[in-house]
Amino acid sequence: MNFIAADYEIMVLLLILVVASLAMYFIKDLMHAVIVFGAYSLMMALVWLLMNTPDLAITEAAAGICTTVLMMVVVFRTSRKEE
Amino acid sequence: MKDFILKRVVVIILPFLCVYGFYVILHGHVSPGGSFAGGIILGLSIIAYSTIFGIEKGKAKIPEKVLVWTESYGTLWYGLMGMVGIVKGFPFLANKLAGIDVGVPGALSSGGLISLIGIGVGIRVASTMVTLFFTMMEEEP
Repeated sequence: MNFIAADYEIMVLLLILVVASLAMYFIKDLMHAVIVFGAYSLMMALVWLLMNTPDLAITEAAAGICTTVLMMVVVFRTSRKEE
Repeated sequence: MKDFILKRVVVIILPFLCVYGFYVILHGHVSPGGSFAGGIILGLSIIAYSTIFGIEKGKAKIPEKVLVWTESYGTLWYGLMGMVGIVKGFPFLANKLAGIDVGVPGALSSGGLISLIGIGVGIRVASTMVTLFFTMMEEEP
């Protein structure tokens, strides 16, 4: 198989995605988990952009920011530590 | 929040954010984006305003009644536009098939019914996001 440069970029981004989603599961401080989720959605938007779907990239960036803000409000209103 | 820099930055950014949201909604059928992404950007502008200036000032800008009306009638607008095809004797959501002028491909006016549907969906998504944010902010810990 022949890989071009964009393939390696996508592989690195997908690796970051896997690491971020595992980190979200294991982090006990919920505020830190929400921040990692913001990074996750940014990486997902970059993956969509590299796969030539700018439509989904814009949607993912906007929806990711909005859900991050909403989750941050929820963490402020409830307890911060996971029991 | 009583931070001078945050307040000034939000005041400067807010009109551009609103205009960008409407741009993404209205150009949804000819360029990347769409009514869902544009609606979220519109909602984020209100969310940013009410985060910095307080929830009471945000509610003074967008009352609860307006949110309920736009959220309900945005959905109804989608169904209404879809029924145009049925009224003319064609399938649901028929656009060019139902004899609607779609113009030159690539132009802004080439959407037909799709651009009208997009306005309704965008406003509905924006009001949904603002409603979610207000509901969560009101909840006492």
